[in-house]
Parts: sequence; C-alpha cells; structure tokens
Amino acid sequence: MNIIQQLTQTMQMPQITWCIARAARLSSKTFRKDCHLFHSSKYNQRKIFVSKGISFFSTSSKTCQHVAIVGSGPAGYYTAQKLLKGHPDVVVDIYEKLPVPFGLVRFGVAPDHPEVKNVINTFTNTAQNDRCNFFGNVELGKDLALKDLRDAYTAVVLCYGAAEDRVLGIPGEDLPNVLSARSFVGWYNGLPQDAQLPVNLDCEAAVVLGHGNVALDVARILLTPTSILEKTDISEHALEALRRSSVKRVHIVGRRGPLQAAFTIKELREMTRLPDTRTVIQRADVDGIDKCLKDLPRPRRRLTELIYKSAVSPDETEVKTWKEASREWRLVFHRSPLQVLQDSNGQVKGIELAVNRLEGDSLQNQRAVATGDREVIECGLVLRSIGYRGLPLSDNLPFNSSRGVFENENSRIKNEKGNSEANFKKLQKMYLFQHLV
Amino acid sequence: MAASMKVCKQLLLLNKFLQKLPHSRLLGAHCWKHGLKHQTRSFKLQGPLYHGDYEWQDPKSEDEVVNITYITRDGERIPVRGKVGDNVMYLAHRHNIEMEGACEASLACSTCHVYVKDEYFDKLPEPEEKEDDMLDLAAFLKENSRLGCQIILTKELDGIEVTLPKATRNFYVDGHVPQPH
Repeated sequence: MNIIQQLTQTMQMPQITWCIARAARLSSKTFRKDCHLFHSSKYNQRKIFVSKGISFFSTSSKTCQHVAIVGSGPAGYYTAQKLLKGHPDVVVDIYEKLPVPFGLVRFGVAPDHPEVKNVINTFTNTAQNDRCNFFGNVELGKDLALKDLRDAYTAVVLCYGAAEDRVLGIPGEDLPNVLSARSFVGWYNGLPQDAQLPVNLDCEAAVVLGHGNVALDVARILLTPTSILEKTDISEHALEALRRSSVKRVHIVGRRGPLQAAFTIKELREMTRLPDTRTVIQRADVDGIDKCLKDLPRPRRRLTELIYKSAVSPDETEVKTWKEASREWRLVFHRSPLQVLQDSNGQVKGIELAVNRLEGDSLQNQRAVATGDREVIECGLVLRSIGYRGLPLSDNLPFNSSRGVFENENSRIKNEKGNSEANFKKLQKMYLFQHLV
Repeated sequence: MAASMKVCKQLLLLNKFLQKLPHSRLLGAHCWKHGLKHQTRSFKLQGPLYHGDYEWQDPKSEDEVVNITYITRDGERIPVRGKVGDNVMYLAHRHNIEMEGACEASLACSTCHVYVKDEYFDKLPEPEEKEDDMLDLAAFLKENSRLGCQIILTKELDGIEVTLPKATRNFYVDGHVPQPH
C-alpha cells in the first residue's frame, strides 16, 4: 500500500483532544514571536488558531487529521499536495526555516534554468488551498522541538533535506577557497546563509570534484559569459564576482569512468555548447566504450554516446567554437583526490590526485582502485561536489550516521510506536527532481 | 500629414501581423482597423491567453474534434473530446487527469511522460533532441514513450490512446526504490 494511503487511513480516528493540546502548544510565546503566516489574510482562522491558542477544531465534532510537514521544498509541497488530494479533511501545516517557501527550487536550481522553477506555480496552487498553511521562519530544533510536533499532530513528515555535505577527509580540505559546491550554489542563488561565502575567483583554473549535475552546474556558472548570466536571477554579489573572475579552465574530476558518471545528458549537452568554451575529454578515457553501447539501457547509452562523440568526433560547429574558444572545461576520469596543495602564503595552488583503474564485472558498480600513480592539477579554487547527507534531529530517533538517513521501514522511522510519526526521508528523495540542483 | 499616414500604415501592418499570430490575443483587431477609418481610437484588447488556456475552449465544430483516450494508472479509460491544436498535457489538466506538468511544457522535466499506442506513435512528429534528453530521465521508459506536453492533437491523431506510467520522477509508487542521484 502506498505510504500516503497508509497515512490517510491511520488518520480516521477522532482526535479532538489532540487538537486542543496542539493549540495550547502552538500558542506558546516563543513560537508566536517567530511565526509568520504566508498569505495570512487568506487564513484568518488559522491566525486565530495560532495567535490566541484557540482551536477551532475543538468546537467541531468532526474528526480532524492534522499533518505537520517540516521543510517547504519540493518534497514538502508534493507531500502536501498528495495528502490534500487524497483526503478531504486533512489539514497540512508546512514549517520552514527560511521566511520564504520552495527550498531547493528557489535556492538550488541554477539561475540559468528558469524553466525548472515553473513548478513553483503548482506549489503555489497547493499553498492556496484553505487546508494548507505555511509557517515560515520557524526552525525545528531551535524554535520548536520535534516532540512539540509529535504531541500536536497526527503525523509528522520530515522533508528538511540533506543539510550537510559529504567531506573528502583529505589534507588541505580546510584551506581557504576549498569550498563545498552546495555553499557555492547557495552563494550564487542568494541563499542568506551563504551570502558571505569567501569565494576568490582570482585564479586561472578551478577543480570541481564529483561527476554529478551539481558539479556541472557550478562549472557552467563559472564558465558562462556574464552577459548571459546577468539576464538571469543570479545574486548580484555573485554576478559582480564573476565579472571580475579570471577563471579560464575548469577540471571536473571523478574517481570512476564515463560509464559511471552520475550527471545527465541535458546538463552535459549544455556544457558542450557553452559559448566561447572548449570541451576537452581525453580519448584514452573513452577508448572502447563504443563497443558496449548497444548493451546499455537507453539513458546510459545516449549519455555515453555524447561523451564518446565529444571526445572523438565533435561536429563541425563544435570544432569551430572549440578552436576559437578562450575558456575550456575538462572532463577528467579515474582520479581520486589525495591532498590539496598550498603555496607559501597558505593559498591553494593545486590538487594531488591518485590515478585509478576500475575493478568489477557489472559496469555500473565497478569500483575505483588506486594504481599507485599520482598527478597534480594546478588550480586556485577547489569545489567539492560529492553528495549530501541528512542530519539527525536532537531527539532520540534512530539515525544511520554512515548513510546520513534515519533508520526507516518503508519510510516510517523504526521503533516509533503508533502512527503519530512517519518519516518521509525516503519519499523526499523520490520527490526531488534529478536536475533540481 | 505624411507622417501620420506613415503611422497609420505601420499600425495596419502591425494589425495584419497580429491577426496572423496563433490564437490571436487581439480579438478586437478588426475593430482597430475600423476605428482608424473613422479617426477614433476605440480598439479592444482581450486578456492574454496563457499556456493551457486554449485547451479550455470547446471545439467550435465537429471538424475540429479529435478524440483521445487517457488510460490512468489504475487502468481506467477516460475518453475526451479534444480539438485540433490541443496540447495533450493541458487537455489532461482540464479533465482532472493525473498527469503532472512540473515545468509547464518547457522541456525541463519528464513528469508528463506517457505511452502512446503504437499506431499513433508512428504518426507523431519525431521528438526533438531536448525531448529525448528529458525522456531519458523518465521512470519506466518504454519504446513508445513520449512527453505529453509535446503532443499536439491533429485530425490524423483522432482516436489516439495515451497511457500514464505507474510512476513519474516526482511521484513514485511504494516499494520502488529510486536510484540515488
């Protein structure tokens, strides 16, 4: 059974007393101070509910099902949308740390991909539903505890994203200008917490570690002419810094080969078509991959074809652009970072990489094994884009710290009694768009 | 006088151009022309036609009708009387069929993924590269997969059947474990 159906079914019991308890909790002073209502004029009833601690449910004999959603990104709004549609009575409250909704759609999607942000219109429709409330500027763990939510709601859905970066754990990782791609994305997208990120673009070469779409996004932003970027909603401070940027070369480094790359074709194609920018893929890296093309599933096949074609037989227009280009990006395979090198001033001057070979039979799951060879790429900026992990809440919920997710069964947190707590960490992953960041 | 004649001429040209636009936004275009003759400035603008608005207009005649059947995730068949020029995704929205359309037909997502019945699949124009790139992201991709937002109904497609996949990238059914990305 679908988890949402499960959830809606478990909410059939009358819960009037719960509502009163909930109202009392929500009226606590600290909460009121920090609570803002989105579209507050539309939700006068809710306003009363929050500001005076009166539950309008308590006067009604109707059963009430009330779900708290933590996080107002795509996962939050899709969950809300499904719940509201699947159940005629359920009321959904969405809590958000920032004053504004839409999470990654707003602060993760690249500024030159405005069409991806169209989904905000669907979310706005959901937000305009009378049974959907938005509470911005409320942070779980600071303004209210998970226990408050658990006591007050029929179910709590955690959609607060994966807030932490994976780290490399190599020497030199804490040098200035070794940044997480996530913060860099936040910086150019105007995320408040990253506005002051110390980005120094006064160097010729940058290295991006990781072969996902985030890696391609940050590389694309570094290389795209500012005459194009200034037409987007990129943050003003980032645009100013990019105008003064001397970055001419971006190396995108991955530990495995072209058949394991995690980026998708649309993003790669965009890179090969960047104005005034050359694509460099070493022939040796793609040698022989044309032979296994026919056995690959279609998405992997088309992606591999594009990598192969860009390395071996680019078309005429590409050859022409690449020949005259003043900037370039290099797709580097089979390399793992060993250490970030610094000059005498403590500035990044390069990165030392181990050369890998691949082991294992199944193409997708081949492992990278170091050959013992090493090489150095000179660069003044290193961006780490090797994935995110979720953070545990302060409450005692079972958390798998190696994977960065809650221990869950079918998205429900393990060992949680009753139905008041459902964890949607997994769902949230499903809900995220591939190309959102 | 010569100058004002020139302006008039330009306005008439503009008028002609506007009338040629698809789903012309200027319903009152002819009034405008008429108005010029009488030296008045009465012309009327209709509100803009947004994406998806066209699908809310009913077919004006039987000649325009294109029948389409949507088959939902549960196997339910929903026959719809569409018309020439309708976008299959927006038409589905009008009839409350659960086809998403996160990027609003701008080829930036794969949430309006459908399977097209083979005989009609062959009648469709070849997908452009961008559509193919997006289809690569669709869950449960098949040989006859297309994006609903890229199918525009024509008379030739009368009787077309499109089936919704059991999941899209944003809404998975339970039990399916998506690949991490």
